[in-house]
Amino acid sequence: MRVPLSWLREFVDIPVPPRELAERLTAAGIAVDTVTSVGDKIKGVVTARLVDVRPHPNADRLSICSADAGGEVYEVVTAAENVFSGAVVPLALEGTRLADGTVIKKARFRGVSSMGMLCSEVELGLEDRSPGIMILPPDTPPGEDIAVLLGFPDTVFEFDLTPNRGDCLSILGIAREVAVLYGLQLKYPPVLQSNGGEAANYIEVEIRAPELCGRYAARVFQDIKIGQAPIWMQTRLRVAGMRPINNLVDVTNYVMLELGQPLHAFDYATLRGRRIVIRRASPGERLVTLDGVTREFNGGDLLIADAERAVAIAGVMGGLETEVTPGTATVLLESANFDPLSIRRTSRKLGLRSEASLRFEKGVDIEGSVQAADRMARLVADTGMGRVVPGVVDSYPVRPEQKTVVVRPARLDSVIGASVPGDEAVKWLKALGFGIRENEEHLVVSVPTFRPDVNIEEDIVEEVARLYGYDRIPATQTYGEATPGRRPALEAFVRQVNRLLTGLGLTEVITYSFINPTSFDLLRLPQDDPLRRVVALRNPISEEQSVLRTTLLPGMLEVVCRNVSRRVTDIAVYEAGRVFNPRGDSELPGEALKLGMAVAGKEPRGWEGPPREMDFYFLKGIVEALLSRLGIEDSVFAPLQTHPSLHPMRAARVLAGEKELGSIGQLHPEIKASLDLPNEVIVGEFDITRLIAVRKAAAFRDLVRFPGVLRDIAVVVPEEVPAAELVDNVKAAGGELLRDLKLFDVYKGAKLPEGTRSIAFSLLFQAEDRTLTDAEAATYVEAIIVRLKEKFGAVLRG
Amino acid sequence: MVRLGDSDSLRDFKEPGKYLKSKTDGWRLAKVVTVEDCKSTFGGYDGGSKVLKELDEIWERAQAAVALAGNPEELESLRVRFLGRKGEITQILRKMVSLPQEDRPAVGRRANEVKEHLDRALSERSAALRGETFLAKLQREKLDVTLPGRPVRLGHRHPLSVVREEIETIFLGLGYSIVEGPEVELDYYNFEALNLPKDHPARDMQDTFFISEDVLLRTHTSPVQVRTLERMAPKLPVKIIAPGKVYRRDDDATHSPMFHQVEGLAVDENIRFSDLKGVLLTFAQEMFGLETRVRLRPSYFPFTEPSAEVDISCVICGGEGCRVCKDTGWLEILGAGMVHPRVLSVSGYDPEQCRGFAFGMGIERIAMLKYGIGDLRMFFDNDLRFLEQF
Repeated sequence: MRVPLSWLREFVDIPVPPRELAERLTAAGIAVDTVTSVGDKIKGVVTARLVDVRPHPNADRLSICSADAGGEVYEVVTAAENVFSGAVVPLALEGTRLADGTVIKKARFRGVSSMGMLCSEVELGLEDRSPGIMILPPDTPPGEDIAVLLGFPDTVFEFDLTPNRGDCLSILGIAREVAVLYGLQLKYPPVLQSNGGEAANYIEVEIRAPELCGRYAARVFQDIKIGQAPIWMQTRLRVAGMRPINNLVDVTNYVMLELGQPLHAFDYATLRGRRIVIRRASPGERLVTLDGVTREFNGGDLLIADAERAVAIAGVMGGLETEVTPGTATVLLESANFDPLSIRRTSRKLGLRSEASLRFEKGVDIEGSVQAADRMARLVADTGMGRVVPGVVDSYPVRPEQKTVVVRPARLDSVIGASVPGDEAVKWLKALGFGIRENEEHLVVSVPTFRPDVNIEEDIVEEVARLYGYDRIPATQTYGEATPGRRPALEAFVRQVNRLLTGLGLTEVITYSFINPTSFDLLRLPQDDPLRRVVALRNPISEEQSVLRTTLLPGMLEVVCRNVSRRVTDIAVYEAGRVFNPRGDSELPGEALKLGMAVAGKEPRGWEGPPREMDFYFLKGIVEALLSRLGIEDSVFAPLQTHPSLHPMRAARVLAGEKELGSIGQLHPEIKASLDLPNEVIVGEFDITRLIAVRKAAAFRDLVRFPGVLRDIAVVVPEEVPAAELVDNVKAAGGELLRDLKLFDVYKGAKLPEGTRSIAFSLLFQAEDRTLTDAEAATYVEAIIVRLKEKFGAVLRG
Repeated sequence: MVRLGDSDSLRDFKEPGKYLKSKTDGWRLAKVVTVEDCKSTFGGYDGGSKVLKELDEIWERAQAAVALAGNPEELESLRVRFLGRKGEITQILRKMVSLPQEDRPAVGRRANEVKEHLDRALSERSAALRGETFLAKLQREKLDVTLPGRPVRLGHRHPLSVVREEIETIFLGLGYSIVEGPEVELDYYNFEALNLPKDHPARDMQDTFFISEDVLLRTHTSPVQVRTLERMAPKLPVKIIAPGKVYRRDDDATHSPMFHQVEGLAVDENIRFSDLKGVLLTFAQEMFGLETRVRLRPSYFPFTEPSAEVDISCVICGGEGCRVCKDTGWLEILGAGMVHPRVLSVSGYDPEQCRGFAFGMGIERIAMLKYGIGDLRMFFDNDLRFLEQF
């Protein structure tokens, strides 16, 4: 909503500079976004009548105009095509200044000198674009200062109103707020109240859907001469953001901006049967609207019809056939009140949002319909546009009940937390248009019809609080029972995971929850893979972000690719985030917390030697450390050949006992190739809720005070024997006294038989109750070697 | 007159009282000791015993030799030569039997004195040698400490997580518990129960991603208010914050279709609007510094009444006016208000018995202000060069 200061002044005195007013209004909840000056730079531009227009002798596109600026005639060259003899136009002579500050100089165009320039709306700062020279109304006297004529300089306030304050979508509404804030009188604009029943001879109004149309007031104007509206009115409309059309349309818009009541004008001659019927559309009913589009309706849409057919979509757009045209002589003016919801539904459905529908959606004052029609009548009469037929046809079947709200002053203070003087509050409310009845304990506040947003005590509390000033309310602390701030277990766990992983060198990323459904093809998931069952968005922004993720891998890969494309190739990242699994149609999807990881490239390079690759064992080490620190000690990494996205020989399922926690592995070579990645990518994905389920709290185990015996052994076994199996057997054969086991060397090479490898363990034997002898330890080592020999044909390496 | 014994390390003879140089270790601090010096050390030769004189001569030689010894082995051989079982002093003591009875105590005393002194000289020299050797060893172990350390790959938290945890910590300290809610939400919790029935104009403020007629991606964290109240009713007080992801169908330079909010809710018997102001002031000062000021402006949210937009004094210019605050001196950081009575009543609380306040803030907004990040989209771009700055 844009409000010119000059217009606002007609409704209320403005006691402070514009910026101060803006701050005060903003502090009271009527937010002013910007305050700008208009036309403050224009200087010396005058009106001029073109007494002669002739072609330029040396240029096809140029004309030479003789412009009478109130006595003196100037020769001006123009390229505009809309100039004609007799037109009144703005003339900028040498030395004058335009809206953007440009100073005009004399110029020569192909041998003809020009004393100045004719201006369009653009040069006067009224529009951003213009097809030609601005043509002023023909009765405009020449030689007038255009700035004075346009009411410049002026200031325009751009408001950013909250959706509940439909009443402020008008100069009147804003003026009312100003009046309250500064304790001033609100001035209503002049109206023409012509009583009499003559209008009723022209039209009969029937409201068939009173639930959607509470009131319909009509007026008739005769002998209408369609032309330009007065220049001051056009200027105000322009400054307020509306484009002038013709005098009739401009006046309806002018009144709408003033009072907030949208008006619609019909060409009376095109209406049939002298009737206006307000009714619901019959299903499939059609109407060609002003814009030439055929619209189809259903029973939820409200239409304005004459005796035979629909002529307008109520509150949204008029029909083409009944539109006012230059030939219109008699006009039927509609000033009506429609149900906000119905207007909203229809305008949304049709994609037609207008200044009118916007106001109806927010609620228009039902008590203001006749006032607006009368204001229109005044302006029709004053501008000499036509003759006002006396009388208003006002169909107002059910006057709404007076809405009252009971307010307890004590509650008012206790909700706000400040003591607001009662008489002040009453004064403000009265000025806002509320009626007040006071009794012993409370105020009975009657709510004016233009404030549909006020319904309960709290609404009045807010009115009082905003006028009292939020800045005057103190900052206090809550009192009452103390509460401990708690972090839920899962949150605390995720926090721990975050800390561990960042400590282990991974960087946290946050990727979008929606992914591209083609990601599943990229991940090589078979068509029946459960991960392909997704929650899909009905109205995605794009196909690339149209389904909710069921796995974090697409996000991980996107991060890898994006960084690689920016030449950041050493990548170690993770994300803890939710994935979504559909359940029933009416049920919310399951939301599971997952942990995704991806590493690629090399560890940081130092000066001691070449950096190591962040390979499978790099990520596995991180996962092992993570699990260990989370209290998951018995994790197992089992070969995983069936994961469609992972290298079948370089992937592992991670288990805790029987429970699957997730998997890690090298990205499948085909995926790597299709993403054109320079390095191998190792990825992992874990289910955080499973991690939390299997973790154990740290348990204290007393230190062993007796020395242990440390033995290293290396065995040569067939290559395909998994290390984990060796470890399991060493543990089993080592017995209880095998306190610790570390696999510290793997060797494969020429010194060993083909197809074998040597694996070395460091074994610690220790008893809790005595010092273990070498001899005893030797028996256990022997047992281990025997076991490995039997199971795997292991040979002790010398 | 000085006897220098048979130490072959002697190279350069100097005047008595001067220093000697040894070939093994460069300059050695060996003071040349004379018989006169010995007299002053042990007393004169009043007994006139020849043996005493011998002892003194041994002392002279031994002392000079110790001073010139360049390594522990030399010292050991000196110990054997003078103090050993067949050493010179022992041999002198053996001669004691041939001395007259009355001379023996003096000789014995003198022999013990020499032994003691020599013993001390040996250990002192040994300690000095060890010190020197140790110093030399340290010298050889010298590192260029100006070389860079072995690089450690550092992990970084996402700035939004850092800020989120900071917000959580502040409110945990104020007695607020953390609660989480679903990201895919029912229309009921996201809108209806928050006083936003279908077709409510205020729904336009939040362009929504829909899954079905009744299921959507939550457009704010406010539904957690309702879920929490439903669960807690009619218990008081309720004090929670609800951080999490939210979604709106907006994607341009200043909007991301996914972003993060933290919702706050306090419901109790006597909650006042001024308490809301107090808690927000505390939060702002903890987050942005004690000099931060807070400004509330009347606004509108369907689920709060009265409602407020909350500004903090500009963190860049401190309120003077700059590019970031568009010369206003203020930055909008969150929306807040008193919980609408209808929200309380649909969730099982009697608005006559309790009141509440609620607030909701965008984590991105806070993080942008805190770190001076100008472009919202960087948060979801996941460029490591960006992330590694936090």
